[in-house]
Amino acid sequence: MIKGKFIDNLPKVYGIYTGGFLVFIILMAIAEQAGMSAKLIGIFFVAFTVFIYAFIGWLSRTMQADAYYVAGRQVPTVFNGMATAADWMSGASFVAMAGGIYFKGYGYMALLVGWTGGYVLVASLLAPYLRKFGCYTVPDFIGTRYGGNLARLSAVLVLTVASFTYVTAQINATGTIASVALDIPFGIAVYVGLASILMCSMLGGMRAVTWTQVAQYIVLIIAYLLPVFWISNKMGAGFFPHFMLADEVARIAELESQFGLGSVKNSAADLATVPKGLAGITKAHSEVNTTPWKFISLAVCMMAGTASLPHVMMRYFTTPSVKTARRSVGWSLFFIFLLYSSAPMLATLSKLSLMDPNLSTGIIGKSIADVQALDWYQNWNQANLMFVSDFNGNGTLELNEFFMGGKAVVLATPEIAGLPYVISGLVAAGGMAAAMSTADGLVLAISNALSHDIYYKIINPKAETAKRLIVARVLLFLIGFAGASIAALEIQGILGSVIWAFDFAMSGLFFPLVLGVWWKRANAPGAVAGMLLGLISGTAYLIWVRNGGSGFWGITQLTFGIVGSLVSLVSMVVVSLITKAPDAATQRMVDEVRVPSGKTVLSRN
Amino acid sequence: MSKQAQHWEKTRNHLFITLAIWFVFSIGIFFFGAEMEASNFRPLGYPLSYYMTCQGSLGIFVILIFWFANRQEKIDEEFGYTEREGG
Repeated sequence: MIKGKFIDNLPKVYGIYTGGFLVFIILMAIAEQAGMSAKLIGIFFVAFTVFIYAFIGWLSRTMQADAYYVAGRQVPTVFNGMATAADWMSGASFVAMAGGIYFKGYGYMALLVGWTGGYVLVASLLAPYLRKFGCYTVPDFIGTRYGGNLARLSAVLVLTVASFTYVTAQINATGTIASVALDIPFGIAVYVGLASILMCSMLGGMRAVTWTQVAQYIVLIIAYLLPVFWISNKMGAGFFPHFMLADEVARIAELESQFGLGSVKNSAADLATVPKGLAGITKAHSEVNTTPWKFISLAVCMMAGTASLPHVMMRYFTTPSVKTARRSVGWSLFFIFLLYSSAPMLATLSKLSLMDPNLSTGIIGKSIADVQALDWYQNWNQANLMFVSDFNGNGTLELNEFFMGGKAVVLATPEIAGLPYVISGLVAAGGMAAAMSTADGLVLAISNALSHDIYYKIINPKAETAKRLIVARVLLFLIGFAGASIAALEIQGILGSVIWAFDFAMSGLFFPLVLGVWWKRANAPGAVAGMLLGLISGTAYLIWVRNGGSGFWGITQLTFGIVGSLVSLVSMVVVSLITKAPDAATQRMVDEVRVPSGKTVLSRN
Repeated sequence: MSKQAQHWEKTRNHLFITLAIWFVFSIGIFFFGAEMEASNFRPLGYPLSYYMTCQGSLGIFVILIFWFANRQEKIDEEFGYTEREGG
């Protein structure tokens, strides 16, 4: 009933939804003026949005394999673009990225280039061909293209390592936001986050995740853009910040030299008093501050990783055709671009708000006692995200005496710039949406691979659809629970885990996927060697560097995918060439994949 | 050469052009970060190096993918490989 009609009415449905959300924001703003407490506003924002997602998840419940695994392959181009953007932009993009740019400047922006440039590879090398293949999961492609359970298993292994590393970071992020917004301990908040994630995906699989991700994109993009535009206008920096902040960027450089950035250094003893995880501004805002190789190697890893991460790739299995899969990649990147191009602007506005003595919000150069008396300073200091200390004892706050956590740039800037609290509540809801949507996609990618590729294709090929879908849901629950348990231990920071996930995926999957389409001679033994040796060598390099190894070619623990993927490429080519060429049926299959029209490859065999 | 082989050759050439443009804006220009910073060409007033990492390269990627998709569709049409809607 809802199916055909629902798809035709998508623009209307989400139009009403967006309007409803804006009305909700206005109602909250009125409630704030009427004296509603900040804490209550935060709770309303997070609880209301999570409830909506769960409701969409419930509406999209299904017992059909096609709907559960690939949303019935009928998601329109633009909406799939939005869903992919939400799937893609995680807690790291939403909460951590602007902070990274704020502290590390140009060197960090390699991530911006890498996380967008990768989509060119997705569009041109992989997405349309995998769509034509007609698989349910990424290991499904590897297993069928190369043939044999070993290839399928190896692909599941790489997928699980990469996606699991990624998902713990996302559950960690949902936990952080839920604990701040709902005011509950982190250890409990992690499971609250998990429950919300499972509510969106368990009943309806990919179909439910698709429609909640679209809803989450709308929330997160409003939550990100509104403060950027508002602050820029309030400051008089320009009504369209992206095109108008050149003077502000120049002004920051001027203030940096005026405040002695780089010339005044903190002693080790002084720094020891700063709470862990907080940092001061030590790098110039817009200067080129890294070597070309460092920048490029990080960007390359993120690009190849983008093209190998299964939770992104599987979004393009849900489009109606090959052509729409290709266009959908363009829309995905457009929607991602809206947020990514705003992150540096937010970092600029945030920094200037704090630094410029001509602005009422500026704190550098004010007396320490005044700063410590500020409401927002006390709040964020209590949350362990801000710290000042009068190292030189002159009673004035110097640039090198102000410390902030990376997350605070996104979470605290609205408050610093003097925006009403309703915006901070909105930003919390946006961060929650970003982390939840990515976690949903990842948990689903892992559980689909295990249920479809291991349970159905290897263990019990005769299983009925109903049974397969029950297994899928049980696995979904177990994986989510395992992810939450590890997230509760807080082993690695959010951003670090995310970057590792890209390196793992690139080490094991990039060349086996690409060569599967573009090199007919690639065969099963080659692919297995490529996946396993790539993953093993990448992991070994990571462990070596983590334990004090010196590394080589300037490859760090953030770029170990270069080692992994090179080993993967060489071993795949060598092993393929010294073993038998793939049989005629496989060669024909590759030919078919390369032609966009006609039935999917899998439906014919 | 068969129709299919011709189609694939055109598709492959199209890929190489796309990847060449991609390479220039994702890797190539960042060999010259310092030169871009010193450049007098300042889009919208931003230093060139800063602009490319914030918006320039990112925006070019968006346009590049749509251009790639359009041209690929033309190639597919030329060989009669256009899909029927809903196929």
